[in-house]
Amino acid sequence: MKIFATLKVAARALKRNKMRTILTMLGMIIGVGAVIAMVSIGNGAKSQVEAQIASLGQNVILIFSGSFTRGGVHSGWGGAGTLSVEDALAIEREVPGVTLISPELRSGSQVASGNQNWSTTILGEGQDYLDIRQWPLVQGSMFGEQDVRGANKVAIIGKTISKQLFPDGNVLGQILRIKNVPFVIVGELVPKGLSLQGVDQDDIVLVPYTSAMKRLFGATMLRGITVQAKSASALDDVQNEIIDLLRQRHRIQPKREDDFTVKTQQEIAEAATATSKVMTALLAAIASVSLLVGGIGIMNIMLVSVTERTREIGIRMAVGAHGRDIRLQFLIEAITMSVIGGVIGIVLGVLISKFLAMHNNWPTLTSPLSILVAFLFSAAVGIVFGFYPAHKASQLDPIDALRYE
Amino acid sequence: MNSIIQLEHIDKIYHTGEVDVHAVRDVSMQIGKGEFVAIMGASGSGKSTMMNILGCLDRPTRGKYLLDGVDVSQLDRDELASIRNQKIGFVFQGFNLLSRTSALENVELPMMYTRTNMRSHEQRERAVKALEIVGLVERAGHHPNQLSGGQQQRVAIARALVNQPAMLLADEPTGNLDTQTSIEIMGVFQKLNDEGITIIMVTHELDIASYTKRNIIMRDGRIVSDTAVANRLSAVEELRKLREAQQAVQLAS
Repeated sequence: MKIFATLKVAARALKRNKMRTILTMLGMIIGVGAVIAMVSIGNGAKSQVEAQIASLGQNVILIFSGSFTRGGVHSGWGGAGTLSVEDALAIEREVPGVTLISPELRSGSQVASGNQNWSTTILGEGQDYLDIRQWPLVQGSMFGEQDVRGANKVAIIGKTISKQLFPDGNVLGQILRIKNVPFVIVGELVPKGLSLQGVDQDDIVLVPYTSAMKRLFGATMLRGITVQAKSASALDDVQNEIIDLLRQRHRIQPKREDDFTVKTQQEIAEAATATSKVMTALLAAIASVSLLVGGIGIMNIMLVSVTERTREIGIRMAVGAHGRDIRLQFLIEAITMSVIGGVIGIVLGVLISKFLAMHNNWPTLTSPLSILVAFLFSAAVGIVFGFYPAHKASQLDPIDALRYE
Repeated sequence: MNSIIQLEHIDKIYHTGEVDVHAVRDVSMQIGKGEFVAIMGASGSGKSTMMNILGCLDRPTRGKYLLDGVDVSQLDRDELASIRNQKIGFVFQGFNLLSRTSALENVELPMMYTRTNMRSHEQRERAVKALEIVGLVERAGHHPNQLSGGQQQRVAIARALVNQPAMLLADEPTGNLDTQTSIEIMGVFQKLNDEGITIIMVTHELDIASYTKRNIIMRDGRIVSDTAVANRLSAVEELRKLREAQQAVQLAS
């Protein structure tokens, strides 16, 4: 049988019952549209998480100090201060594959300039911290090794601090008093906005870790160490060697727990994207149900159509149509409906996700892959749900079909 | 005379419920090329079953059926469909045209299921030629609901002719038509038969049967009579008489 002629017959049959065809397609349109929109939302959320993780820097390993327990209260990571500056220097010296390292202290504090003051987070870091985080400056320059060695009173501020304390934008060379110790501002960070947890990443003051230890907090131990490995493939090796080295330095017996935690960026990323992956899968599953319902709608209408056109089937068989010709004809009608519905649904889904991105500021991401999958899936729905009615039509007896009223 | 149809000891038994219905019993006959045969009988005589078997819509339970030299009694569904497509042209009582489809496309329908490759303009030419034969070429674009019953039956005849079959098989072709149109349709058949086309017709109307050349009468699944038509009517003649009678009535009023 001629495929083009069959397509023509299918188009005519679908046009004959316009309203019915449109309503049946609507099931597919809604189903595919929902899948596309939901997957776009899920993917958008996932890519946002990934972007945040990437903002940590490249090939980053984070080492946190262990927690301590006092009177049944756990202090949380970093509380015990089990990492020393010597640990950090040892890692830099002894672990191959480590390119940059930055010891870290963190504490909340009140900062002031002139008659303005603001409560913020003070971050004590090494001179390579911004290189590891790949975090550029808007103006000024990062403090250097000299400043770290001399525990100099220099500070880099985030956008929020500059907005709150220096509304005129003139920050370089200004004095910032941290715990009443005057620091000279030498740079301003590029704003990063809110983190995933909703923390303002620009509400921050960066000082040399030595200055933070000696001049501000009187601390002797570190909260953590940020390490950059030379490549992604070296991450696991570097991680293991750091663990070995620290266990050795801290004299931890075999089978005893570490008093520190070492996490690679990948592990952090996996943990963070796990939620959004589950969410994407869940949204897609819910949307798939409507696609299933759309498919059942097609099957329903095709069954009605086969019954209505029993006589036509009889005529076609009488003049020589084989069973497979009839089956193909009805199958093509079902596929035509599902594919046209699918394509409209794809357009609708993309529009919905664009709309959500624009009006609700939701991050959405429509991948070409999901469009392709949705298209193939809608064709598959037509085949799967169209097959039974088409097969039923092909099995009719021509004599009975011709007599059918 | 080489025979188009050769039936040898054909039986057809329907197994419905507890009782077996013996619809056709031990029928043997031959129909030659160029014949014009009417198969007659009351309802339940087995003529419809005969029609279905002759038309390759159904298979005999027993016996041998040679159609145009091919043994079709043991073919499967698809093979029978191809035989119908190539060798048989059907004309039904209820016309059985596809609605909302033009006359021309209705005539093209059998070619849609012809396995040999045919270009669409070639199909169109053949369909137009078939419509010319039945004198309806100027109505080619009309849909069945825009045509009279007689015109619809002519379209059906054109559809039956389009694949140049070995025979036309007509099932009560005048059953839904008034007297004058019936005679017109019989005229079409007579003209086709004069051109050498074999026609087999099932009917229960005696006067319609007398337009054919040979009458086979069935009763209880058997052939009880098989005779040549003695006083054959000519459709052209009968139509002339009918018109004269109508004119006479008009003049009288």
